[in-house]
Amino acid sequence: MGTVVATAPEPTRARKFTKLWRDGDQIAHFVTFLFAASIFLVTVFLVYELWIHSGPSRAKFGFSFLTGKVWDPVAEQFGALPFIYGTVLTSLIALLISVPLGVGAAIFLAELAPPQLSNACTFLVELLAAVPSVIFGLLAIFTLVPIMRQYVEPLLKNTLGFLPLFQGPAYGVGYLTAGLILSIMTFPFIISISREALLAVPREQREAALALGATKWESTWQVVVPFARLGIIGSVFLALARALGETMAVTMVIGNDTGIHTSLLSPGYTIAAIIANEFTEATGDIYLSALVELGLVLFALTMVLNAAAQLLIVATTGKGSRQA
Amino acid sequence: MNRQAFWILLLATAATMAASAETINAAGATFPAPIYQKWFEDFHKAHPDIQINYQPIGSGGGIRQITEGTVDFGASDMPMTDEQLSKLTKFKVLHFPTVLGGIVPTYNVAGVASLNFTGATLAGIYLGNIKKWNDAALKKDNPGVNLPNQDITVVHRSDGSGTSFVFSDYLAKVSPEWKTKVGVNASVNWPVGLGAKGNEGEAGLVKQTPYSIGYVDLIYAVQNKMEYGSIKNAAGNFVKADFNTVSEAAAGAANNMPADFRVSINNAPGKNAYPISTFTWLLIPDKIDDATKKKSITDFLQWMMTTGQADAQGLSYAPLPKQVVAKEQKQIALIK
Repeated sequence: MGTVVATAPEPTRARKFTKLWRDGDQIAHFVTFLFAASIFLVTVFLVYELWIHSGPSRAKFGFSFLTGKVWDPVAEQFGALPFIYGTVLTSLIALLISVPLGVGAAIFLAELAPPQLSNACTFLVELLAAVPSVIFGLLAIFTLVPIMRQYVEPLLKNTLGFLPLFQGPAYGVGYLTAGLILSIMTFPFIISISREALLAVPREQREAALALGATKWESTWQVVVPFARLGIIGSVFLALARALGETMAVTMVIGNDTGIHTSLLSPGYTIAAIIANEFTEATGDIYLSALVELGLVLFALTMVLNAAAQLLIVATTGKGSRQA
Repeated sequence: MNRQAFWILLLATAATMAASAETINAAGATFPAPIYQKWFEDFHKAHPDIQINYQPIGSGGGIRQITEGTVDFGASDMPMTDEQLSKLTKFKVLHFPTVLGGIVPTYNVAGVASLNFTGATLAGIYLGNIKKWNDAALKKDNPGVNLPNQDITVVHRSDGSGTSFVFSDYLAKVSPEWKTKVGVNASVNWPVGLGAKGNEGEAGLVKQTPYSIGYVDLIYAVQNKMEYGSIKNAAGNFVKADFNTVSEAAAGAANNMPADFRVSINNAPGKNAYPISTFTWLLIPDKIDDATKKKSITDFLQWMMTTGQADAQGLSYAPLPKQVVAKEQKQIALIK
């Protein structure tokens, strides 16, 4: 702070100010600091509000809120487990599908495709990322759900039906459909950011690999992708964040059942979905604060997963050709 | 220059309009929102100095906001409970019924057009006790209908809604098991079935899921020309919902209407009374300090019960029976 100091003898206050303004460093420092602090303040305020307003529910249920399996607004019995389970499960399904797909597509677009095709595809991908989620939900209800019910789910039951994951009636709505729609919603993020990361890999890296006799694919897979690893992991966690918090599209296709089911074909529920569904009509202090506490749980879940992401990055940066 | 003059004129007009119009804020139920919007607009045309803003945020939201005093009045599809009323400190809330709605069972069974249900059968289906379409109970009410040997897929609303409140209230009235096991609320712990968001979500899911059953607002079924079933009423007749049968349920209930209008008209007496019907209410504070505001609100209530009622059927709501209007007009005097 205050490294640049005018040496002129006793400048007036106004001149000091103009000088400061002209130099701008101090002001820029202060203004950007305010912007950065606002992120921190908003987060703290958010947690504070969630904490305060979930008070009655925390007092009544304590930690059993996290393990409770019953959600009964009439009897005012509330447990979060079915929603935590549904949120994690659908996000997991989404990532299992969208990560290989997204990273694969990004490699093609960044490394292999002719530039015109790459640019056209990237434009489409970015368009896809901007589609509002309710549109995906409507598409899912009218197109994806019937296809799931008539073709995909019967097929899964006939071939993999011996697994508990694929049993029960085929409703078309449920964990699997919700996971699928989430994967469609998250994969533009993965493609877009991974592609940028791959394109940012210095040309010399590729040339060096090729000069050492690597094929094009070997250079891509063994040199370029590891180099861009951080960006790719970042894209995956951004996708995860979107999947965890996605509300409209999920509630439209998950079946909104407050049970916990092993079968991916069963209807379920997510945290964001039940908050969206029940908050407007919730009356009674315990009920409302239980919904707020669910928000707190979602926040904590996101924090834990983000921390896990950081750890993963730290753990993987030790080896490989990481550069500053 | 011209352009500038135009903007100045526009701003000046806007400013005078804003200054002269009395703005009243209201929030609450979504089910009557279409008719409320029309009413507030028509009333504004007739009284240009009064502007009522209505936000359809849901009945629970309407009750919360009137309790906290953040709106001038609220609206709800469910009457406030004693507990909710006891939380009011500065004023009491008066319930004013505005229009009526019905809730109808809708289903998707190939080759079957019209079906009859009793309350007990509906409760059995929604409790998960009746699992197949060719169950003896359903066969008994539908002689001659070829009911398939298929599992019933139950569909209910996932979002908290006045519709679910009225439907679960009806099931509780006709089924002791429902009353003890599930109960009555805008959201309940549904024993079986898939949850779909909103009337449109539920109707959509029923439409595309073979052998499913759901329930939607009558206005929604009428506007979308959906097929729906008849329900056995308290008098023992199978009645199909329409404006007349819903209004008759209200008339049947009007005779033992409590003074505060907090009444469920489910399973009402009357030969042709449709059994799953409900009022929807405006929640008006009984003490309005601002005299002009008070006059605007009472004027509106008076207008709504007379001129406004003519709009009901055009928007597929059942109008208030005369007996109820007469009682409500007396209640206006309680606003101080």
